Amino acid sequence: MMPDLGKYADAVLSSYAVSILLILALVAVSVMRARKVRAELDEVEKRSRRNG
Amino acid sequence: MASLWEYANPKKFIQTTDRLLPWLSVLAAITLVIGLIWGFFFTPDDFRQGSTVKIIYLHVPSALMAINAWLMMLVASLVWIVRRHHVSALAARAAAPVGAVMTVIALATGAIWGQPMWGTWWAWDPRLTSFLILFLFYLGYIALWAAIENDDTAADLTSVLCLVGSVFALLSRYAVNFWNQGLHQGASLSLDKEKNVADVFYHPLLFCIAGFVLLFVALVFLRTQTEIRARRMRALLARERLG
Repeated sequence: MMPDLGKYADAVLSSYAVSILLILALVAVSVMRARKVRAELDEVEKRSRRNG
Repeated sequence: MASLWEYANPKKFIQTTDRLLPWLSVLAAITLVIGLIWGFFFTPDDFRQGSTVKIIYLHVPSALMAINAWLMMLVASLVWIVRRHHVSALAARAAAPVGAVMTVIALATGAIWGQPMWGTWWAWDPRLTSFLILFLFYLGYIALWAAIENDDTAADLTSVLCLVGSVFALLSRYAVNFWNQGLHQGASLSLDKEKNVADVFYHPLLFCIAGFVLLFVALVFLRTQTEIRARRMRALLARERLG
């Protein structure tokens, strides 16, 4: 299944590894911050409604 | 049909993008996975570059997005300067880290590809150098947003920085055409079929480009929503402190 990458295997595999890791990290950071800010805003909005 | 300016309303923007985001995310993931699997497993080696040609499926789409993310930020910044819509300034802010990561991917894969092909990781070639400067502009842009407390002042100053940086975004795209020197080859994609890469590499490459574009749009939607919420939170907290 794995293609024969010959003498350039290190270059090709490291390119894919670096890129996929960076993309996954970017997605993870974006999703985590989105959830965190959403939860914090909900709390602040609730508090400000309570306090009028 | 709703006017485009309706989406400058933060509530409308969040409502609309909330509906689109799940579809966009799934479509981006599917397109990207198909493109990368096709390119990695089912394309032949190039007669000159051997298996390193498989790096094209990451290098070209990320480089395209690095430049186009900045151009999207330029349009959003101009909308902010002319019409003072907060959503557009926040969309530009949201796009910057995505563009910066795309630039890092383009630079890293370029260096890894360059080493076996050119015998060096780096050369002060026009395209490489303008890309490095573009990356520094991304860092400066992100740092400027973070350094200024007042959102409107930050949006004003970063918009000006974005206008200046656009010169390098365009330069990184056309550097190989302006200066016919350096190691970097000309564009891999062209409307002229003669200059294009061979079809066997071209079709999976199109999938990868589409995947990167969809991923960019999905991330910018998500991150703009976050910036809108963060801005509202700052306003509510400021009101709390006052009263």
